[in-house]
Amino acid sequence: MVHHRPPADESRSTPELSPIPTAAQAARIAPASTPPELLRNFCIIAHIDHGKSTLADRMLQLTGVVEQRDMRAQYLDRMDIERERGITIKSQAVRMPWAVADDPALDGDPKAPVTPYALNMIDTPGHVDFTYEVSRSLAACEGAVLLVDAAQGIEAQTLANLYLAMENDLAIIPVLNKIDLPAAQPEKYAEEIAGLVGGDPADVLKVSGKTGAGVEALLDLIVRTVPAPVGDPDAPARAMIFDSVYDTYRGVVTYVRVVDGDLNPRERIAMMSTRATHELLEIGVSAPEPTPTKGLGVGEVGYLITGVKDVRQSKVGDTVTNSAKPAAEALGGYHDPRPMVFSGLYPIDGSDYPVLRDALDKLKLNDAALNYEPETSVALGFGFRVGFLGLLHLEIVRERLEREFDLELISTAPNVVYTVTLEDGTEVVVTNPSEFPGGKIKAVREPVVRSTILAPSEFIGAIMELCQQRRGDLLGMDYLSPERVEMRYTLPLAEIVFDFFDQLKSRTRGYASFDYEPTGDQVADLVKVDILLQGEQVDAFSAVVHKDQAYSYGVMMAGKLKDLIPRQQFEVPIQAAVGARVIARETVRAIRKDVLAKCYGGDISRKRKLLEKQKEGKKRMKTIGRVEVPPNAFIAALSSDSGGGKDAKDAKKK
Amino acid sequence: MSPALPDGEAAPADGSLPRGLAGPRTSAFGVYLHVPFCSVRCGYCDFNTYTAAELGGGANQVAYASTALREIALAGRVMREAGLPGRVASTVFVGGGTPTMLPAGDLVRMLDGVRDTWGLAPDAEVTTEANPDSVTPASLAELAAGGFTRVSFGMQSAVPHVLATLERTHDPARVPDVVRWARDAGLAVSLDLIYGTPGESLDDWRTSLDTVLETGVDHVSAYALVVEPGTKMAAQVRRGEITLPDGDDQAAKYELADEVLTAAGLGWYEVSNWARTPAHACRHNLAYWRGDDWWGVGPGAHSYLGAPAGRADDGAGPDGAGPDGAGPDGAGPDVGAGVRFWNVKHPRRYAAALEQGLSPAAGREVLDDDAAHLERVMLGVRLRQGLDLAVLDPAGRRAVAGLVASGLLDGRAAVAGRALLTLRGRLLADAVVRELVTG
Repeated sequence: MVHHRPPADESRSTPELSPIPTAAQAARIAPASTPPELLRNFCIIAHIDHGKSTLADRMLQLTGVVEQRDMRAQYLDRMDIERERGITIKSQAVRMPWAVADDPALDGDPKAPVTPYALNMIDTPGHVDFTYEVSRSLAACEGAVLLVDAAQGIEAQTLANLYLAMENDLAIIPVLNKIDLPAAQPEKYAEEIAGLVGGDPADVLKVSGKTGAGVEALLDLIVRTVPAPVGDPDAPARAMIFDSVYDTYRGVVTYVRVVDGDLNPRERIAMMSTRATHELLEIGVSAPEPTPTKGLGVGEVGYLITGVKDVRQSKVGDTVTNSAKPAAEALGGYHDPRPMVFSGLYPIDGSDYPVLRDALDKLKLNDAALNYEPETSVALGFGFRVGFLGLLHLEIVRERLEREFDLELISTAPNVVYTVTLEDGTEVVVTNPSEFPGGKIKAVREPVVRSTILAPSEFIGAIMELCQQRRGDLLGMDYLSPERVEMRYTLPLAEIVFDFFDQLKSRTRGYASFDYEPTGDQVADLVKVDILLQGEQVDAFSAVVHKDQAYSYGVMMAGKLKDLIPRQQFEVPIQAAVGARVIARETVRAIRKDVLAKCYGGDISRKRKLLEKQKEGKKRMKTIGRVEVPPNAFIAALSSDSGGGKDAKDAKKK
Repeated sequence: MSPALPDGEAAPADGSLPRGLAGPRTSAFGVYLHVPFCSVRCGYCDFNTYTAAELGGGANQVAYASTALREIALAGRVMREAGLPGRVASTVFVGGGTPTMLPAGDLVRMLDGVRDTWGLAPDAEVTTEANPDSVTPASLAELAAGGFTRVSFGMQSAVPHVLATLERTHDPARVPDVVRWARDAGLAVSLDLIYGTPGESLDDWRTSLDTVLETGVDHVSAYALVVEPGTKMAAQVRRGEITLPDGDDQAAKYELADEVLTAAGLGWYEVSNWARTPAHACRHNLAYWRGDDWWGVGPGAHSYLGAPAGRADDGAGPDGAGPDGAGPDGAGPDVGAGVRFWNVKHPRRYAAALEQGLSPAAGREVLDDDAAHLERVMLGVRLRQGLDLAVLDPAGRRAVAGLVASGLLDGRAAVAGRALLTLRGRLLADAVVRELVTG
């Protein structure tokens, strides 16, 4: 059957033949009046580049909701960054009609009675940094398509999300994608997946998002496998927010899944976490363009517009209710996004500071997880300490700041949050290593994560070695197949934000995949290493590291700065110190010669221009004590080995 | 001559000068004559010079003096037309290249051209550069008879392996002879040295200095080797065939030179120049550092003409296009604080322009007050007499104390109102200038 055709109508001779519902059928699944049993809410769990967006594109075409001529690649990915990097940062939902024969045995029979369904596809974010958002997206669904690249097999992130979906009792539909690729090994990976989700490898559906092969069968399977939503239509309204997006023209667009009751236009709604109330200016469904409806009933997925301007007023995970007839209890699972990784962001040109401030204020409208406060660095000037969900989040924010606001930024090495208990019992929360308290410290706690690493079994030794170096504890290990192994480690988050992923990649020739989730914190023997230039602390280079790594960090950073700091008119000692104890020392020797030997008639213009250039350069110098340091020296020292963001790029390349 | 010409505006084809040059001035006037020929090009040399082979025959060399005379005549005319007061040349300096590649008669003929056009002061200093292997007692006598008073020999080193690395072809044993011949001819003599050549030891350098002192010359110039991009030596360094000594090595050699020369009675009067008495200093070069006017004749040569005395301080903007600004050619730009211009580099293009009666100038820059100030500080501070602190702006004057404290400026001189470099300060003169102009 070929279904690349516009939505059918009564004039067509064999309307029943099309899985695209007829107008009469469509009336049965109109938003706000679709019985829950005709609804199917599902998401797609997939690794970056395993073809989720392409599969979604095919579904949009097959169900006729996007006309052929309007189709563009990765239709649902709205941000340029998303489309370029091939990842979805923000989730959203799209409603698609699909008719299925009541008796599967009669599939393809034009005379078979069919029933129309409304499918809500909730596009989940694909990265570990957004685990919380993923969990809320999953909570809005009854089923999940587990999409795996038939040439690569399952990846650690996918596995993590799969476990999350299984914990949420979602119906899992295992699917192998890209079966059109010459390198595809569908049989091998079908076995792997079947082993993970239970069931027969033969039941793993094989599709190609690119050619469309198998996609109709998948849509049919979704209708038949995913349970219909269940809720109390007469109870006070409760809808869960699974995404919240700022739109320049419309303000915040809130995506919800209605659990109980219904939401209707023009009524006042209340956010249960804050008790704030808003008037519902518009309510509708994405099909996939926003389409206002008469409301949303039990099990339905759609959007709300209230005119608020900041996503913080419409938080993911929160419960929306009717303010006149509020529900007694909110839906479970809500928590405020908590930044896990911090970094100082500084404009390279100090005069860009106000631009950076305005840009962060703007991004914040659309990013509830972004938080920041002004910070001053001796080395880098005025900037912000910014909290992120993780490294990818950091990289995306930085890239958006640079691209959308034309800013040139330098970021300090990412660090985690430490809780320091002093001898007197006072607790200090440290988000910037240079603020790590001196003096008597009783204990330092650092966040730890539970990580999953998937890799060919030949790399077990290399991975164990790396994880041990990074203070990891092996929790367990399982073979997914004779060649592939899943290793679970508890690791300090701080060890991951510092080039862990790069190291893992290089030690496994790029074959390992990695995922983690925060699991609390632990007491650790941590110290702060300061870097001093001629006795002055260079704040941007202070680092909190494990006691055993203090020396190597100190030697590395002092050596690096020695090569980057130009010789001055006096000797400049560079020291690494833990408290008052110097653990490493380098010296930039005093410059002895800085003069042009020959300066005659024909040399004067050139020489003057050189001095003018040096004069300009001198103005841009950062001064630490008496030491003049070109700003790019600090940048160079911070850029290499910082680990920040490189993970995300590598992940994309895989 | 530097390898690359500076960026600037195009110079007018007729050689006309900017408005505002007319008026009295206190500065002296000097003439530089460039001779762009060498028998071989040395590996480190980035000067504007050509071997016979590079020019495709010796014809240009034969015609060169006549071509230069055309520029001298053009220079005299455009200076007159700009309203500059008639000044005789106080100094003439013939440089290269190797001026003595030309017959002494040609050099004398060029000097005659200077005399005919501007006149020559009775006590004029007239110098030519020379290679030790391109002079004879007779040629030196001919130069002296023609009005030359001084010769500067490119000795560079007394050590054969250093000369070989520099690709200098002369026999070092000849140097004492040529010095004697020149003195016998009545010429003052200077020797040029280069230090910091790859492979040169501190002892090698001491040998060169001792050899210089044995000749008893009254003037020495010593330059740290600079490997300019585009030279053969730069390529050798890039390929790793030779390793350049670092700044520390050059600093040590400079300190040794200053110690040895001072002990022998030769005092420094500029960062790279030493003379037995102030009277033995090169007056032509002093004129550059003092901001006097000069006209540079020859391919790639630079010229500089300052605004009349007091003009720059009158606040005359660089673009005083007012009704009073109309000079002989009222459409041109104002001279600002001064104008510098430079000729096309290649001898063929240079000759072609003059043959068509056009100016060989390729570009020029009009200096504004800031640029003139920077040049004044940058050049003045190089001198033994130091820079008058009154020249500095308030921020620059405030920087003096710190520079004295850092041991870069002489404290007693500072109290007496002059910025005078210490030995360490001479080695860090550029850093001192940056402090003095940025405060």
